[in-house]
Amino acid sequence: MAGPRTIHLTVNGAPREGWVEPRKLLVDFIREDLGLTGTHVGCEHGICGACTVLVNGEAARSCLMLAVQAAGAEVLTVEGLARDGTLHPLQEAFWEHHGLQCGFCTPGMLLTACDFLKDNPSPTEAEIREALSAVLCRCTGYQGIIKAVQAAAPKLRDAR
Amino acid sequence: MKPAPFEYHVPTTVEEALAHLRHYGGEAKVLAGGQSLMPLLNFRLSRPAALVDINRIGALSYIEEENGTLRLGALTRQRAIERSDVVRSRLPLLTEATALVGHLPIRTRGTIGGSLAHADPSAEYPAVLTALEGQVVARGAGGERILRPEEFFRTYLTTTLGPDEILTEVRLPIPPPGSGWAFEEFSRRHGDFALVGIAVLLLVEGTRCAKARLVAAGAGPVPARLRGAEEILERDGLTEQSFEAAAARAAELVEPDSDIHASAAFRRHLTRVFTLRALRKAARRIHGGH
Repeated sequence: MAGPRTIHLTVNGAPREGWVEPRKLLVDFIREDLGLTGTHVGCEHGICGACTVLVNGEAARSCLMLAVQAAGAEVLTVEGLARDGTLHPLQEAFWEHHGLQCGFCTPGMLLTACDFLKDNPSPTEAEIREALSAVLCRCTGYQGIIKAVQAAAPKLRDAR
Repeated sequence: MKPAPFEYHVPTTVEEALAHLRHYGGEAKVLAGGQSLMPLLNFRLSRPAALVDINRIGALSYIEEENGTLRLGALTRQRAIERSDVVRSRLPLLTEATALVGHLPIRTRGTIGGSLAHADPSAEYPAVLTALEGQVVARGAGGERILRPEEFFRTYLTTTLGPDEILTEVRLPIPPPGSGWAFEEFSRRHGDFALVGIAVLLLVEGTRCAKARLVAAGAGPVPARLRGAEEILERDGLTEQSFEAAAARAAELVEPDSDIHASAAFRRHLTRVFTLRALRKAARRIHGGH
């Protein structure tokens, strides 16, 4: 049972199929097999958070999951945030508030913030800082990112 | 591909999982939330012949209150524990400790059973299990074994769980109402492993401290129950003087190592400071204070 197997899952709303070895990480499946290279792979051991995606609506490190574990799941990557060419309110806010510089951590930041704001729609600055400590950014010093999440929170609340 | 090849099994019952473990005779690893095992596989520090992925055993995920005990299925996610109203009202010590486990995207996958079975001495859950005098249930071919923390944790990353056993349940006694509690820890950055963590539980009768439980994480090979410090509180009561005496004693009792993160002397210092902080906080919370 070490050989490749077929998996079915939903990625960004569309049904997808894969033929994967059990040892293939979810992040590598997303990038290499599905060609969705918006999800970045950084540290490969769950520290940097760049590979964070939503699995069944919850933020998870896709470098700490096997692709076969996502069989039957709904996965959302950064490519699935914008709708019909319109940026997600978080993406809009990151743009407005200089929430990114090199962009490497951005997909992980966006999806972590996405899950966090669902749970805590009106967070304090301290709570935002705590949540975003899950993702490492080496460019911005986090100031712009925190401002962006603060700015997006009311928009997401209103959109509910 | 990062992990070395392995056989992969996805049982849907504990019995099926146990059969797989027996088949591999110690060469298989149980995959729960994967937040500790997957990094070891990615770097090939661990190369098991097989993974027995228990994530599809739905019967291992629950939080139930029964006869003064909270029973948690081993596969219960840390985030479910963090959000649980029954945990917040009955075992707020567990809620407070859970918020310190890794980060949000770690807690969505990480499980209570996985954290205990991994037995990192600087992790929060082993200290909480010890402070609450809880039990873990290990199921194997011969049936169930119920283990107290001192029977379960052996040393760094090592428990008495057999290679053909699965940790199935965690049992945590609910302290009587009015008890004081706190989990305080120091880490370099929020979400990092603690250099030192302190779990405190104060059971009171009237104004007297009937029982104190004081446990240090990160200051030895297993969570350290600091009985000598507990005795000071039980004998001298809950005063600022006894807190300071207990904290000083705690710093003497722990057996920390030096590593790249902190020296043993610094960990002793942290033990004293954080024991004091945790005791003050726990005392404020007695009888529902904040």
